[in-house]
Amino acid sequence: MADIGKRNGLTAVLDTFGTKVFRMVEHLGNIFILLLQCLGWLFRPPSEIRNIVKQMEEVGINSMPVVLVTATFTGMVLALQSWSGFQRFQATSFVGSVVALSITRELGPVFAGLIVSGRVGASIAAELGTMKVTEQIDALVTLATNPVKYLVVPRVVASTLVLPVLVIMADLVGILGGYFVSVYLLGANPYVYTEKTFQYLESWDIYSGLIKAAVFGFLIALISCYNGFIAEGGAEGVGRATTRAVVASSMAVLVSDYFMTSLMF
Amino acid sequence: MIEIRGLKKSFGVKVVLDGVDLTVPRGKNTVVIGGSGTGKSVLIKCIVGLLRANEGEVLIDGEDVTKMDERELVRARRKFGMLFQGAALFDSMNVGENVAFALRRLHLYPEHQVRDVVEEKLAMVGLRDIQHLMPAELSGGMKKRVGLARAIAAEPEILLYDEPTTGLDPIMADVINELVISLRESLGVTSISITHDMASAYKIADHIAMLYKGMIVEVGTPEEIRNTRNPVVSQFVEGRAEGPITAEHEDFIRFVHRSGETGMQGGR
Ligand SMILES: Nc1ncnc2c1ncn2[C@@H]1O[C@H](COP(=O)(O)OP(=O)(O)OP(=O)(O)O)[C@@H](O)[C@H]1O
Ligand SMILES: [Mg+2]
Repeated sequence: MADIGKRNGLTAVLDTFGTKVFRMVEHLGNIFILLLQCLGWLFRPPSEIRNIVKQMEEVGINSMPVVLVTATFTGMVLALQSWSGFQRFQATSFVGSVVALSITRELGPVFAGLIVSGRVGASIAAELGTMKVTEQIDALVTLATNPVKYLVVPRVVASTLVLPVLVIMADLVGILGGYFVSVYLLGANPYVYTEKTFQYLESWDIYSGLIKAAVFGFLIALISCYNGFIAEGGAEGVGRATTRAVVASSMAVLVSDYFMTSLMF
Repeated sequence: MIEIRGLKKSFGVKVVLDGVDLTVPRGKNTVVIGGSGTGKSVLIKCIVGLLRANEGEVLIDGEDVTKMDERELVRARRKFGMLFQGAALFDSMNVGENVAFALRRLHLYPEHQVRDVVEEKLAMVGLRDIQHLMPAELSGGMKKRVGLARAIAAEPEILLYDEPTTGLDPIMADVINELVISLRESLGVTSISITHDMASAYKIADHIAMLYKGMIVEVGTPEEIRNTRNPVVSQFVEGRAEGPITAEHEDFIRFVHRSGETGMQGGR
């Protein structure tokens, strides 16, 4: 008897797991379809330039302060940590290189991506979700406007373009943060530190980070728009869509980061 | 002309429309009546292709909406204006931008004229000087009327009104009734209106159709509907609490009572 109970428990678990996997595959398929629609509408008139500019402002201004603060402290803590680690084998002169490379190649884009997932992903999903449940998206459709063209394309384009810009600034303040901690708090030689910062830094390190950022921006906007579009059932549904958008886009950032890194280097 | 043939729509196992047949002649207004939750809103959403029907046809001037792909639908929808039950105003835009939305998207007027055209459309629904307000600052009835102004702004050939007079005071309701009539008479608009308000229905309708249990049970002129012998229709238009529509409901209540009693006896 107990055995049967156990087996039923197990099948039940497998069952729900199976349904989850199935759903996930379905969502991925739908997101891919949304992507194709997006590309299809991208260059079709009327142009959404004004809308795109508005969204760029929104994305940029929304996320800039948090991205900058995060990047500064990331640079600072990185300097602190690597300093205390490198002290063990008298390599503290390399702290500048470590900070510059880690920030530009990895931490700048990834942290910016995660923060934008939280800020922009949530606001996109909440806005589109609300529009969905209050029939505003249906209303758009009846006013001769395709919602993918009007709502998704501008957000995806804006966020793809703005994220690299945010990351350039994040790189800059992150490296400055590291410099500040090393030179003023840990007593590094400013000239050596600056030299080491740029000695091993190649332009590809920076470009690769910016490419990553563009991909993150693209994924975040696409995933969040999708989650907004499938919201159902009032305020609670909008809340669920928002949470899902943030979780899914953060995951997309980390997963795609791994694969891009493995392709790039 | 709108011709609906054998239209079926279900959500999961729940059948909402179960073979609707309805014809709306060009330049006429058909009012659809029916109880809450019978699928009136679903019906008009199927007509504009917002919801995909499971079966059946919706012919707009001979073209079947249910068979169109998304791109053909965009073109076909230019013929339509739709007033949503909840108004569905864009809450990130002010009233003026809402009403001007289709005008701007379709470039129907040069930009410097848009404001005046919008003011004129708003005047038609009895509103003035509110273009700068946001939808959140409007009352329910005002939202409804702004929604109506937005629906008629691009001068569509076909108008679908989902409860145009619900939530309006009697005077405003009559202003809207007159507007619906004048759009039909002066512009020859073909329209479907949904309403619970029988006074309004009798006034604006060329034909009244009753939706009950997923089907159109009767279509007739207002006069025919008023004198109908169909018990379901007559209960609805006269607004009686007793009759075939509520009988099932009462049976159910009785059933619940009875099973409650037996349950108690069993307990004893
Ligand atoms: N998107 C949907 N998903 C699932 N069920 C739905 C959906 N839309 C409508 N329904 C169901 O279809 C039925 C008809 O809904 P509809 O909104 O058409 O009613 P109605 O006749 O317009 O009622 P009312 O007069 O109250 O507006 C309802 O029972 C509703 O639960
Ligand atoms: Mg309804």
